[in-house]
Amino acid sequence: MVAVSGSAEASGRFVHRAAPGDSCRVLRVAGPLVEMEYVGDTAMYDLVSLGEAGIPGEVVAISGSVVTVQSYEYTGGLAPGDVARPQGAPLSASLGPGLLGGVFDGLLRPLSGSGDWLAPGAAQGVAEERAWLFVPAVSEGDRVHEGGVLGQIRDGGPVPLRVLVPPGAGGVVERVAPEGRYRQEAVVAAVSGTEVRIGTTWPVRRPRPVRERGGEREALATGQRVIDLLFPVARGGTVAVPGGFGTGKTMLLQQIAKWCDADVIVYVGCGERGNEMADVIAELSALEDPRGGGRLADRTVTIANTSNMPMMAREASIYTGATVAEYFRDMDLDVVVIADSTSRWAEALREFASRTGALPAEEGYPAGLASAIAAFYERAGAVTTLGGGRGSVTVIGAVSPPGGDLTEPVTAHTERFVRCLWSLDRDLAYARHYPAVSWAGSFSRDAAALAARHAAAGDPAWSARRDRIASVLAEADRLADLVDLIGITALPDQERVSVLAGRLVREGVLRQSALSAHDAYCGPDKAAALAEAVLAVVGRCRELVASGLPAATVETVDFGPVLRAGEEVGPHDAEGVRARREAMLARLGELRGPGVSHRAVAGRDVSDRDWLE
Amino acid sequence: MTGWSEVEYTAVRELRGPLAIVDGVSGVGWDEFVRITLDSGELRYGLVLEVDRELAVVQVLEDTSGMDPAGVRVSFAGEPLRIPVGPDWLGRVCNGRGEPVDGGPPVFGERGAAVGGTPINPVRREPPSDPVLTGVGAVDGLTTLVRGQKLPVFSVAGLPHLELAAQIAAQSTVGGDPFSVVFAGMGLTHPDARFIRDVLEERSAAGELVLLLNTADDPVIERILTPRVALTVAEDLAFTGGRHVLVVMTDMTAYAEALREVSAARGEVPARRAYPGYLYSDLASLYERCGRIRGRKGSVTVLPVLTMPAGDITHPVPDLTGYITEGQIVLSRQTHALGVYPPVDALSSLSRLMRKGAGPGRTRPDHLDLAAQMLAALSRARQVRELADLVGQAALSPTDHRYLAFDEAFLHRFVDQPRDEARSLDRTLDTAWQVLLTLPRGQLAMLPPALLDAHGAEEEETADGERRASET
Repeated sequence: MVAVSGSAEASGRFVHRAAPGDSCRVLRVAGPLVEMEYVGDTAMYDLVSLGEAGIPGEVVAISGSVVTVQSYEYTGGLAPGDVARPQGAPLSASLGPGLLGGVFDGLLRPLSGSGDWLAPGAAQGVAEERAWLFVPAVSEGDRVHEGGVLGQIRDGGPVPLRVLVPPGAGGVVERVAPEGRYRQEAVVAAVSGTEVRIGTTWPVRRPRPVRERGGEREALATGQRVIDLLFPVARGGTVAVPGGFGTGKTMLLQQIAKWCDADVIVYVGCGERGNEMADVIAELSALEDPRGGGRLADRTVTIANTSNMPMMAREASIYTGATVAEYFRDMDLDVVVIADSTSRWAEALREFASRTGALPAEEGYPAGLASAIAAFYERAGAVTTLGGGRGSVTVIGAVSPPGGDLTEPVTAHTERFVRCLWSLDRDLAYARHYPAVSWAGSFSRDAAALAARHAAAGDPAWSARRDRIASVLAEADRLADLVDLIGITALPDQERVSVLAGRLVREGVLRQSALSAHDAYCGPDKAAALAEAVLAVVGRCRELVASGLPAATVETVDFGPVLRAGEEVGPHDAEGVRARREAMLARLGELRGPGVSHRAVAGRDVSDRDWLE
Repeated sequence: MTGWSEVEYTAVRELRGPLAIVDGVSGVGWDEFVRITLDSGELRYGLVLEVDRELAVVQVLEDTSGMDPAGVRVSFAGEPLRIPVGPDWLGRVCNGRGEPVDGGPPVFGERGAAVGGTPINPVRREPPSDPVLTGVGAVDGLTTLVRGQKLPVFSVAGLPHLELAAQIAAQSTVGGDPFSVVFAGMGLTHPDARFIRDVLEERSAAGELVLLLNTADDPVIERILTPRVALTVAEDLAFTGGRHVLVVMTDMTAYAEALREVSAARGEVPARRAYPGYLYSDLASLYERCGRIRGRKGSVTVLPVLTMPAGDITHPVPDLTGYITEGQIVLSRQTHALGVYPPVDALSSLSRLMRKGAGPGRTRPDHLDLAAQMLAALSRARQVRELADLVGQAALSPTDHRYLAFDEAFLHRFVDQPRDEARSLDRTLDTAWQVLLTLPRGQLAMLPPALLDAHGAEEEETADGERRASET
């Protein structure tokens, strides 16, 4: 699967401008910035092969007789006068069924076949050897349109894969291959003069076309309660996850990669830790697919560009990831792209801008940063594909604000362009409250639309539940400041219950252990049941206090049955949660009845019991 | 090792800060190693930062002082800076460029390796496991260093971070496997350099240590090379030689300042605090050179030490370091003021890989539970301490008083240790038990009851003290 191929695309979409071998000379080298002569037939964003080693680079500016190229690899030894060969085509990703289960670098070159060390050019030229079972869906003479299904790939993994009529093509099927096994580059059909192969290529910076964007919005279930209950994301939505170091950003994203109900996950490790990447790869391979059968890795594409791998390939990696996602989306699949972290991508933009001498805007970032971020997130969307089916790409991007400063440019711009913000809070992480999604600093602009969907799908209470949880948390937060100042005992009893309610919601509903077999993933029914349980318990506490029971007594009750329900019952066991809720309500009921339990009020003065009867 | 080209260039057009601009060059590649011969016969070395048609911008490692553009000859190596690698480095003391300062001959090796290194293929990485035991109780017990991990020490000027780094370098072990330490000092004062040599003398004599010392009056630019030489030597010892290697690098703030100096001299657009925009990538190119590789013995563990300017953890150097590394060991002024060494702030410190390097089969079965309980109790003790400051000790419950006692015992019995004590893991964990048992049993909910029985945890006294527990 050689991504960096300059050959003309099978569909004939890319005009081959310069024959391979037409060469020019390198003029200047400063790290990843290379300047070369302009000899005609070179367009912006075309690939260039630099030096005898053939280091891949991309044209980023053409000024007079000088072409500026950003190199994707280490340019050590490259000298003025060395040969440079424009490839006549933009950087393209080679897309095919072999992507699933694979690990690739930022240019989508497979890492699995490379050695222990990634020397420049080491990942080049590793061909995809596998053959796939192709089953034709059309006959010769049929009329097809762009995006139409020409055939299925039957053994491409747990998700159904298709061979489609390329965008821009269409007409009469002149030829179609019989059922059989074919390699990625094999031609399996011809449509009005256009040859169609098992795999295809696509320039990574250009979004793949769709018939129509938008339409009905459905929730992406992530299995994380704080998200599904409070800050839900729609399929085709965009999310930014800002968080300083140590706030559990990567952990949250890995949880979503493992458990969300998308068909395909594209995990882009963009400038992150090598050991962490190794961990993600090992875990995905070890995990059984929660949707049944096989390994989770079989429907995951991992793009690994660790922080010490070449900087400019990091810049390309998020576009590569988006292109891979769009390829699967066009087969009517729901795809989630997880980019960890977009800040490292922005830093690559900054580094290169600084080398080209571009005028810096905020903190040295180029002035185009905001539009680059916006354009990237725009590649998400729920769409009607060219073939008329429905697919979606959801983009979840981590943001690593330096010094935890949420006003820095990348965070500040990103939050303007996304539908959801899951802001991670250092204090929550410090208190070992995971996932540390701050309820005060996060938002979901999809919530209203999704509430209607939930209502239509048989959960009309979804919206009201969300509002109640949010208001409990907001009230508790407001009082927390007061408690710090004057102490809990100085609050009126109903306010003390509000503080207690905040704790119960935080610990019983929002907190979730990624290491627990039962709690790492939480089904929507169980999430709803847990929220209902805690809200019911809070309601009963309020009643008790309203009926004259001191808040101090309610506070001493062991709320274990609801607080531990998340860990104790299975991920879909809403009944188990309801049983615990009943047990808890009964325990609270005892407070009012005769023979009040010593358990509940153990250690209190006798005078404390004066309220009884 | 390096085959110098026959051609020598004499047209030095400009000298500015650490940079020399050579005119009329041809065939010179980016990142090539450079040798500069002065009129006096003195040799200096440099790296090509940029080649633009016939101009080459050279960063001179020894600085440009005393250089006269009319009197220098420049030749290029045709390859990046390479150093010999191999076991011959063990037992040697060198300057920041890897030239011996111990009076011995130059270091030889069968192989050479480029100091820039090559990234490890992420799919070939083996996730870290198994500990490096530092013999420092607070580190081994609560923030266990794992083989293949990068774990920085965040310190503040005036704290004994150098002593701690030296102690860890002097006494770390990995059980029975071959183990070596590469110590890279950057911007050290002469007394500090002397101190390091003294403390590490024994390990050096045993052939387990490579010492690279760049002092504060050595050329600033040399500092950019020092960690790279150290890591290149370490990678070979680990992945070719099959050793477990600990690389201690101190002080990374001095390194970053050297980087900033070169960046400013080149007129690059500054980012935060005038550090170059590529500081993250540059630091990552150092820190990421740790790890383990499938099918190879050995590991590289990196322990960078840095001082946070003005104690600011959001300063670019600690901040970017924190984003790259797998946790941090934070030293605190408050603890230091109490006379505790090492002044580790256990609550701010974290080893993200500890779960993989400690516990059953790796250290001791009770280790992770003990550490979790210790941190939980410590966090509660800190709250109690704040409360006591607010309302006075007299208003505290009996349990609260026990927490204050625990805090004292934690600092003075668990954390505090002599600078030359290599504390065994058993001793560390046993001390942890003793310290925890100053608390009543009811407060030790994170420890399994069987273990509490075995260690003779005291039975619950009155429930009186527990009243506030459920309120907080």
